[in-house]
Parts: sequence; structure tokens; C-alpha cells
Amino acid sequence: MADLVSHPDEVKVVSKRFGQGAVNIDRYLELDGYKAVQKALTMQPDEIINLVKNSGLRGRGGAGFNTGLKWSFVPKQSAKPKYILCNGDESEPGTCKDRLIFEHDPHAIIEGVMIAGLAVGAQTGYIYVRGEYRYLLEIVQKAIADAYAKGFLGKNIFDSGKTFDIYWHGGAGAYEVGEESALMESLEGKRGIPRIRPPFPAVVGLWGGPTVINNAETLASVPHILLGGAEWYANLGSPKNGGTRLFCLSGNLNKPGVYELPMGYSLKKMIYEVGGGIPNGRKLKGVVPGGSSVAILTADEVNADVAMDFDAMLKAGSMLGSGGVVVLDDTACIVNFALRTIKFYKHESCGWCIPCREGTDWLQKTLIRFHSGGGVKKDIDNMYYLAENMLGRTFCPLGDAAAMPVIAFVKKFRQEFEDHLDGKPCPFAKHSGAQQSPVMA
Amino acid sequence: MATIYVDGKPHQVDAQQNLLHACLTLGFNLPYFCWHPALGSVGACRQCAVKQFRSPEDKHGRLVMACMTPASEGAQISIADPEAVAFRKGIIEGMMENHPHDCPVCDEGGECHLQDMTVMTGHDYRRYEFPKRTFRNQYLGPFVNHEMNRCIQCYRCVRFYREYAGGQDFNVFGIRNLAYFGRHEDGVLESEFAGNLDEVCPTGVFTDATHKHHYTRKWDMQFAPSICVHCGLGCNISPGERYGMLRRIVNRYHGDINGYFLCDRGRYGYEFVNSEQRIRQPQIRSNGQIQPVPKQQAIEEGGRFIASATTVIGIGSSRASLESNFALRMAVGANHFFAGASTQELQLLHLTLEILRTTPVASLRDVEDSDAVLVLGEDVSNYAPRMALSLRQSVRQQPFAMTDKLKIPRWLDHAVREAAQEHKGPLFMATVAATRLDDVATDTYRGAPDEIARLGYAVARTLDPEAAGLRATTASGSLAGQIVRAVRAVTGLGKPPSGAPDADFETMAQRIAQALNGAERPLVISGLGCRSGPVLKAAANVVRALQRNGKPARIALAVPECNSLGLAMLGAKPFEEALAVAREHSGTTAIMLENDLYRQAPGSDVDVFLRSANHLIALDHLQNRTTATAELTFPAATFAESDGTLVNNEGRAQRFFQALTPQEIQESWRWLRDIFVAAGRREFSAWKTLDDVIQSLVSEFPDLAQVAEAAPAASFRMAGEKIPRQPHRYSGRTAMLANINVSEPKPPDDPDSSLSYSMEGNPDQPPAALIPFAWAGGWNSYQAWNKFQEEIAGPLRGGNPGVRLFQPPAQAGEYFQDAPKRFQPREGEWLVVPLYHVFGSEELSILSPGVKQLSPKPYIAMNDEHAKGAGLQAEDMVELAIGGASYRAALQIRPDLPVGIAGVPVGVDLFAGIQLPAWSKIERVS
Repeated sequence: MADLVSHPDEVKVVSKRFGQGAVNIDRYLELDGYKAVQKALTMQPDEIINLVKNSGLRGRGGAGFNTGLKWSFVPKQSAKPKYILCNGDESEPGTCKDRLIFEHDPHAIIEGVMIAGLAVGAQTGYIYVRGEYRYLLEIVQKAIADAYAKGFLGKNIFDSGKTFDIYWHGGAGAYEVGEESALMESLEGKRGIPRIRPPFPAVVGLWGGPTVINNAETLASVPHILLGGAEWYANLGSPKNGGTRLFCLSGNLNKPGVYELPMGYSLKKMIYEVGGGIPNGRKLKGVVPGGSSVAILTADEVNADVAMDFDAMLKAGSMLGSGGVVVLDDTACIVNFALRTIKFYKHESCGWCIPCREGTDWLQKTLIRFHSGGGVKKDIDNMYYLAENMLGRTFCPLGDAAAMPVIAFVKKFRQEFEDHLDGKPCPFAKHSGAQQSPVMA
Repeated sequence: MATIYVDGKPHQVDAQQNLLHACLTLGFNLPYFCWHPALGSVGACRQCAVKQFRSPEDKHGRLVMACMTPASEGAQISIADPEAVAFRKGIIEGMMENHPHDCPVCDEGGECHLQDMTVMTGHDYRRYEFPKRTFRNQYLGPFVNHEMNRCIQCYRCVRFYREYAGGQDFNVFGIRNLAYFGRHEDGVLESEFAGNLDEVCPTGVFTDATHKHHYTRKWDMQFAPSICVHCGLGCNISPGERYGMLRRIVNRYHGDINGYFLCDRGRYGYEFVNSEQRIRQPQIRSNGQIQPVPKQQAIEEGGRFIASATTVIGIGSSRASLESNFALRMAVGANHFFAGASTQELQLLHLTLEILRTTPVASLRDVEDSDAVLVLGEDVSNYAPRMALSLRQSVRQQPFAMTDKLKIPRWLDHAVREAAQEHKGPLFMATVAATRLDDVATDTYRGAPDEIARLGYAVARTLDPEAAGLRATTASGSLAGQIVRAVRAVTGLGKPPSGAPDADFETMAQRIAQALNGAERPLVISGLGCRSGPVLKAAANVVRALQRNGKPARIALAVPECNSLGLAMLGAKPFEEALAVAREHSGTTAIMLENDLYRQAPGSDVDVFLRSANHLIALDHLQNRTTATAELTFPAATFAESDGTLVNNEGRAQRFFQALTPQEIQESWRWLRDIFVAAGRREFSAWKTLDDVIQSLVSEFPDLAQVAEAAPAASFRMAGEKIPRQPHRYSGRTAMLANINVSEPKPPDDPDSSLSYSMEGNPDQPPAALIPFAWAGGWNSYQAWNKFQEEIAGPLRGGNPGVRLFQPPAQAGEYFQDAPKRFQPREGEWLVVPLYHVFGSEELSILSPGVKQLSPKPYIAMNDEHAKGAGLQAEDMVELAIGGASYRAALQIRPDLPVGIAGVPVGVDLFAGIQLPAWSKIERVS
């Protein structure tokens, strides 16, 4: 189990029960557990949806779509069964928040799935857990079994006459399956490749039925909103960005860890206060504010004091993404960081569409050669070109995820790329001790 | 219709389609890979990107994939937009990263979609400087060659193989740029449609392995419009020749029949044409020695045999052209014109004709579009294979109606499949044994032919109480059949049938009736496969009952050979009567036209027939048991070497044309003409060309009058010019025979068609029946068919080739009466039925090495309960006796066979001439 950190600025909502033993269902009940779903049972579906809509809760997986609005797209009548899917396939590098929820508060997720089910009229939920989180599956399995044992799941839940079932499923280790439509393919036992939208999952989702698919943190937030009210939750955050969010601070920080902070919290404060600043008196070089797939922010951009919510981040030229905040100090080599980033996306490209499949491969090969001193000037432009050719043009957002950081690296740190040219050794090698990769071709 | 604007100009397009389909229909050159006209859009390759603008004011626009974007009213797009052009170029560049650039040694070179698209996008310089990824290739059988390094991962192969053709043993493995398309291990591809991978693959990953043995570039081949001869469906093909050898067969698009796909028997069965066993010049047998004789001498000898005969018996052929059969009939007279087929088969063929004349008939395209299907007695996958592929699509029709409601366009292939999931439209398979369509069937019923017929009669009666025969409720008793529900799980694994409960039989008939009656385009499929008149009649009755209920129902019947119906229409009499004539008369001369009698009739009867005749003349392609007995043998041209007309299973007359011009070999009608002229029948000398024969034919047979319209006459010219059989890039013509004579010979003259043996001629699109090959400017691959169609995947310009001889009747025909009695299994005896094999049951294709390799060994099959009862085990050598002959083969256990039924693979040599169905004991022999 990961160590928990804390900071006075934190507003604990989703993380309220962290470290309180809420994995145990009885303890969870003591901590107001399963009250929200019982409240939901007394409400009309539209009431639940409106409540969530008004709370300003936006998808915590990265896209930031209004959750209540997403639920409202599910047709009331459907010939096929409806489904609630919990996306626990957390695999964006720099992101480790859902893992804590599964570890500390799995029943909140179950409750969130149930409430979503009641809101859209589904009777079945799936909790899909990332393949590498195998150990979390045991927690999830036990939590589901305990909920069944108490009669919270199954037929006639809380004597309401309603039925709700939840199943768990473990991934097989593909990043792509974190993408909602690929996750449905995976859950159906198929290759983890994305689906085209429209039709959206709300209309044609899992097994062809209307489906709500939400991130684990999103669903875990829902019970709190039901009990605390839409207004309370909305006011925790910034305009149109309701509530709080788990931020995963990592990199060159004195106090890395997962902190729950209000939406719209200052990035600068997050680094220098919550995260305890940069060790060894080093200077800040840049921050990747929302998981490895978003554009890096330079020290100047961070120091201009940008707020951590979906809209402000977009305005700043990056994205809030999955809440993974990766801090780089001035010893980090951007070329090497770009290589590390692209290596991941190349490895995880599902192989469905050409710009991503071939673009990430070409980028990786170029960056390996480049970082080992074999780069030539035209490589810099070519990397930019390859990334541009992916951005917005691939089948699914994985291509964007690979393209956005590369574009930002080249645009914002072109000089560092040029410093690697003409066979020069990596200027940061003495800091990182990075092994020089063999020159290819 | 919708108006879309392409680069500022308005165009009328089909609003139900996507922008790629619309642009290609309009004739624009927009590159693509993952999209295929028959497979729809999935958006994988990103190659067809265009710029779309929200309004005329929108100057910025955004890139969209044309294949994934509806051609909606007012859509404004630009193909020429610089950003779109640059992006498309970048996509090809990405594909070319790992493509080996081995075009000079690649079989696809010169007809490669990837080459075409590369040129089209303007990508001409390789900037990628890193090593390419490599794969290990697999052995995939005798037909399909695998070269994975060339793969650009467009996913078409796996989509065709699994999703379209239902194959299970081929898939995509791995991820990122290591996605691998193949089998889990080396081995023969199981699907009988695997050969289509050659055309589906946009580059050289899957190529024709048979072609590899005698490889020739597309541009160096001489093509002809032709018709497949390996079953009765009449798929259109394009055979390619060079140096007098047939090099390969590829699909020739026909909007109503084969569309874009062939079966592997049709594609790879061609090698018999190049066989060592070919009869290449006239032969005479004297003193037990077979010797070649000069053509003229043989003709004169033949003339003497005819002139001296008291009676001349002509045996026609269901695999010979209408013209050759007609020539024989004219020569020997109607009274002495026979089919090699038995009375039983001819009766069935005449019954088929009767039904076709009085019932709306479905083309394969109609089969595909049917939304509820009942198959009575036919193992479609093995008997008329291409039809099985169409049937597989028919089960998508009802799901389409469901996805239409969700507003998912039908071309958005994966979205449709995700929404439809496992939902399939009704397809009921009532057959003697398991079939390879059972996996998509709603229900399967297995029973004896009579039981299958009874099911059909019960369905008809349920639909219309006026229909004759038994009512569902009277179909009681212990029916020797089994109903297998949820067949996907248990196909072939069901318990041995021991009689279906009556209630099941009744409810099944009701379910079928309900499904057919509830459909918009119901279809019944049957045919000669189980050789049962009652089954054919039952099928017709179901269609008639549906028609009386106001349903636009159709029928599709499978027939044994490529010209079975043509021969029947010429009034050929059964072999038994030929035998009687031969026995009664002495001094007869018998002419066997392209017919190995030993495959048609019991060997003892054939022996008697051949011995009774005074002189025997055979005309055929290859040496066989019948030609071995002939005194005089003439080398008859195969489909690839001749012109003629075939009548397919729907009653469509289609013309095929010569691709090869072998020296001594000529069409059977020409040999017959020459022989009869030599015998003093001067009137036949009027037949100078094929059109002369056709003219006689249509005046003699008003029924066949439309045959003349099956294709334009030989006098047809396009702007005064002939149509070239050779592509414009045909190379080396002047030097091809320089090793023999440095003077270039004059190209052969073709009096029979308006096609020339040259690359010279009119380069424009000929009438559909005369298109020798698909090729268009910038489109060197099979994808060039886009350029020949009125609309993408629609009919060819000017209408699809061929002419239907039967017009749909104004009203439903009369019901057939006489429903069969219940099938009664017999103690100690089995009803032996024919079992078909796509590779092995057809006479000509089995002479091709690849098909031979995949043909079954002889066996005798029965279910395990039977075998146990008789104390038999798998692989035991057993014997059965039918028609005075006994047959020994290893016992095969087939749990799917019903009680009282045994099956043997027809077409394999051991069972040549066996007359089925027939009763026999089956006993173990040591």
C-alpha cells in the first residue's frame, strides 16, 4: 500500500476515507457508506442526473466531460440492457490516483456505479481494473462479494425491489484499453482497439446496449455529491469545474504524492507549497500538468500562475488531463524525456491506424538516434511534422496523446534539441547518468 | 440524393453513402486502403482524408476521413486542399516506413493498390532512415502465399476472412507496428474463400501461390471475359494467358452474381487446363495403340465412322457449352441426343426448370439481400460455394434494419457490428449433414431427404392452409431427424439423432413459417444436392405459399454443373435411353462430347454401352477412362480456349470467350461440324463462326432466343475498333516467337468475337460482357473495377453481363402435391446419400494439383451410434454395394448424420458413377 501524504490546503472528499480502513464494509458503513445509494433509491432518475449535472462534476479520466450530461444521453427506453462501466484502467504515465481509491475506498466506487445505474436505469455494472493492478482486483472482488453478502447488490437491493449486479474484470496490460471504447471491446473479449463514435456508448455501448462509462474517481465522487448536494460540491471548485480532484504529484519534488485539492488550485502553489518545492535548490524546468500525454508547461508558464482546472489549462495551451503532475528540474534532458514519453506511446499504440502506429515508431527511432548524438537538424522539423500529422487525425486520442507532448517539447525546447546536434553528447548526461543508447541505422 | 460540393463544384450523390463512396462514384481519384466496397468503412488507414468546410464562409475547414463521413446534403469538401494533400502523402510515407520496397520481385507488382496509391498521393522520396521491421512468413496451403513484410496493416484481410467469410483460423496478432496477420501456426487456410485475400490485400502479402509456379505480370497477360465452370452459379472470371499457358484466374466483377469474390475452387481449379494429361491433338487407336494423327485425317476418319453408322448416338455434356451441345444435337438428331446424366438427374433438372419458369428467382445479390432464408437440403458451402458467402451476408439484413433505427449508416461497418453484436437474421438450415453455414444459422434440422421435404411441406402448409401435403400437425410419428438449437455451441457435436419429438418438428415448422412471413424479402434455397424431387417441390411450395401471402419471396436452386440447365433445355435424354439404343442397334457410332461417362453412370452400364457401339468418338480436354476406350479422340477446347454460352442456376445465359489459342485444339462444335461435313452433311459447313451456331440455336429453340443477347455479336465494334485482350502495356509481342521465327507472326484471327489478340484496339470501357480485365488510368489493381461501375459496388455500366432466360411470373404457381411419406430407417441397411466437398466433388478442378491436395480420401460415413450398433469403429475398412458395384473405404464417424443415413464423398475417383441416394448394407471387410 502506498504511503499517504497530506497538506493543509487539501479538501478531502474522495480521499475522505483514505487510511480509515474503509475497505472493510462495516467500517465503510460507519463512515456514511451506502447512504448515498439509499438516498438515490428514493429519488427519480432525472433528479439524480440533474443533481450530478449541477454539481459541475467533470470526467476525471482526462476529457473532462460533464458527468451528469453524459448520463442524460442514455435513452430512457432501450430494447437492450443498459450498463454502467467503471473505467479503472488507469495507465496514463504520471497518474496513480484511481489506484488509491481502489486500495482505500473500493465501496465508494461500487456505490457510484450503483447510483449511476439508478440514474440511467441500468441493472448491471462492470468494474474494469488495469491489468498491472492485479493486486487491486482482490480488493475489488472482496468488496463486491461483501456488498452482495449484505444484500446491497443482487436482487431487491435495500428492499427497493430493484436489481443491481456488479462484475469485475481485469485488463491484460494494454494502455489503449483505458480509452473507453477500446475498453468495451476488451470487455467483450475482443482486441483492444477503439470504436468509432458516433454511435456514442450512451446509445450503442457494451454488448450493443446503452452504456455509461466513467472513470473510477468520477464514480467515487458521486456518492459524496448525493449526500453533500450539488451546490456544495460545485462551490468546492472553480466555475464550471465542480469539486475537488486527486492530483498525483511526481518528479523532482520534495513531497511527491497524491493530494486532493479543489479544482482551480494554483499550479505554482501545488509545486512549491503542496509538493514541497524542488529538491537540492534546483530550478524548475517544466511541468507536465495532466499525465504524460499533455503539452509541457515551461517554468515561465508555471510561474505566470495558472489554475488547475479544465478550462484554464486549455487556455494555457495544455490540458488538465488525468491529474498526473510531473515536475522536471533543470537537470532533466528534454530530449531524453521526449524519448521516454514516446517510447511509451509507441509501445502502447494498438496498431489500428497508420499515423499513430507508424508515427510513434518513427518518432522513437529518431529520438533514440537523436539523443545518442546521431541527430541531424532536419530530424527536429521531421519530429514536429510527424507529430502534427498525428494530432487530431488518428482514429482515437492515443495519437493525440503521443503528438501533443512532442509538439510542445520541440516548440518550447528547440534549443535543447539543437544542443544535441552534430554528434555532441547529451548536455545533461552528467546529471542523469543516462546510458547512451546505441545509434540505429 | 444529396448535393455535395467537391472543390467548389456541385455533384449529385447518394445521401445514404459516405463521401469516399460518393467521390469514387463521381470518378474522383481519392486514395484509400482499409475501405473496401463490400466491407464498408472502419477508418483505420486514414488515407482518404479530405478537407471539410462547415459553410462557404468557413475558410479553415478540418480534415475528415471521407470513408467515415456521410455524404450529407450540402457537404462541402476539398480533395485538392493542400493540407489534405500533404496529409495523404504523409500517410503513404508512414506505410512505406516498413514496406520492403521489393516491387521488382513481388507478385503484386504492376497490379498493386499500394503502388497505385503511392503514385496517386505523390509520395516519391523516402525520408525514413531506420531499419524496417521484419516478420516470419507462414505456409498457408497450396493456394495462398504469405509475405508479411509487405503488410501495411490495413486490416482488410482479417475483416474479410473473419467478419465477411466467417473463417476462424486466421486473425491479427500483436499490437503497434508488429500487428501480424496470419494463422496461429503454419497450416492450410480452412476457408474456401481464402483465395480472395489475394484481391482483398492491397499489396503483396497474400498472393496466388499457384500463379507463382508460372508467374507472369498482369501487363503481360492476355485476358478474356470468362465464366467459371466449376459449379452451376456462373461466377464471372478473368483468366490470364501467356505463352499458351493459362496463368491464373481472377475475379471479374458481376453486380448480380459474384460481386468482388470467388470461391477457391473457381479461382484455383483452372490448372487442369495446363495438365500433362491434356489431349493436345487428335488421336486414333489402332491395334490397341493410341497414336496422334493429323487433324485432317482424324476428321476424315470421323466422317467415315459417322457415314457408315446405322445410328449415331450423341452424348452431350453439362460442362460443355450450349453451342457444342446444340451442334451435337443437330448432328445426331433429337432422338439420339442424350445427356450422360441419369433419368433421375434429368428429371430433377426438368423439375428445376419448371420451378424456375414459374417462380421468382434470386440472383446471388438477391440472396445477400434476403432477410429470412430457409435452406432445404443443400450443403451450399460445398455444392455452390459462392452462394454460401452471399448467404452469410443475408443474416446481416435484419440487424441492419435494427441499426438503421439507431441511425447508424450501413457502411459504418464496425459500428453496425458493435450495435448488432451476435444478433443475426433468420437462417434455417435443413440439411442431411452439418454444413459450414451452421454457425450463423438460427436453427438447423438434420434429416433424410424425405424428412427435409416434409419439413418444407409443413412450412408451406403452415403459411397457407391451402398448400398441399402434410400439415405440421400430421407430421407425426418418430421423425428420423434432429433439431439442433443454439447450434453455434453444438454444431456437429449433437447426440446421435434418434427421432425428434413431434412437437419440436411442428414448432420448428411454425418458427420457420413465422420468420419467412415476417420478413420483407424471404428466400428459399434448395437444389439438386440431395437429389430429391420432393425437396425441390417443397422448396417451391414454401415460396408459393409466401407469394400467396403477398410476400415478394424468391427461390434459388443449386445445380450440379456449369451448364446443367443448358443441356436440359436442349432436351437431352437420359443415359439409360442411350444405353437401350446402343443395345438395340448394331453398327452404331457413339460420340461422347466432353463427358467422362464413368463419372456419370455405373461402370458396368458404361462398359456395356461402350462395347455395344461399333465406333467410339470422344471429344474432351483430358485423358480419362472414357477417352481411353475411344477409337478417335479429338482435343476439345476448355473454357479458356473457346467461346460459348452457359446457362447458370438462375437461368442466366452468359458468354465466355477464348483467352488461349492453342494450335490443334478447337471448340467441340467446330470438330463436330468438320466431322459431319466430312460425313457428307454439307449443311453444317454454313457454321463459320460462333454467331452462326447461335443463330441456328435460337431459331431451333425459341426458349433460348435470348441467348443471342448474352453478349454482343462478333461484328460489334467500338468506334470501328475491336476490344483488346491484352493490356496496353503488354510487352514483347513482336519477340515472343523469335526463337522460332524472327518474323513476327500475324496475331490469330478471331471470327467468333469482337475481341482482338492484341493490345491494340479501343481503350474505352467495352460492354460489360466483353470486359476482359479491370484496368483504368492510375488504377492497375483489381480496385479498378470502381471505374467500370455505374455506382460503386453497383451494376457494371450498361448492365451486368448475361441475360435471364426466364421472366418472373405474374402470379404464384400451383402447389406441388404428393408430399413424401415418412422416412423409414431400415434394419441393417443405410440410405447412402452424396456428401459434397468443395475440393474434390467437381470433375475438372480435381485435376488441378492444389485442389487435388485438399480433396478428401474416400470414406464411408455414418454416425457413432450406428457404428457402435454395427460393431464398427472409425477407420475400419467397410464396403457398400450399389448398382451392382461395391465400394470399399475407411469408415468415418460423423455424429451429424441422421439415423439410417450413410454418406460418401461424391466426385472422388472411387465413387465415380455411383447413383445416389440408394440403399445398401455396410459391412466390415478385412
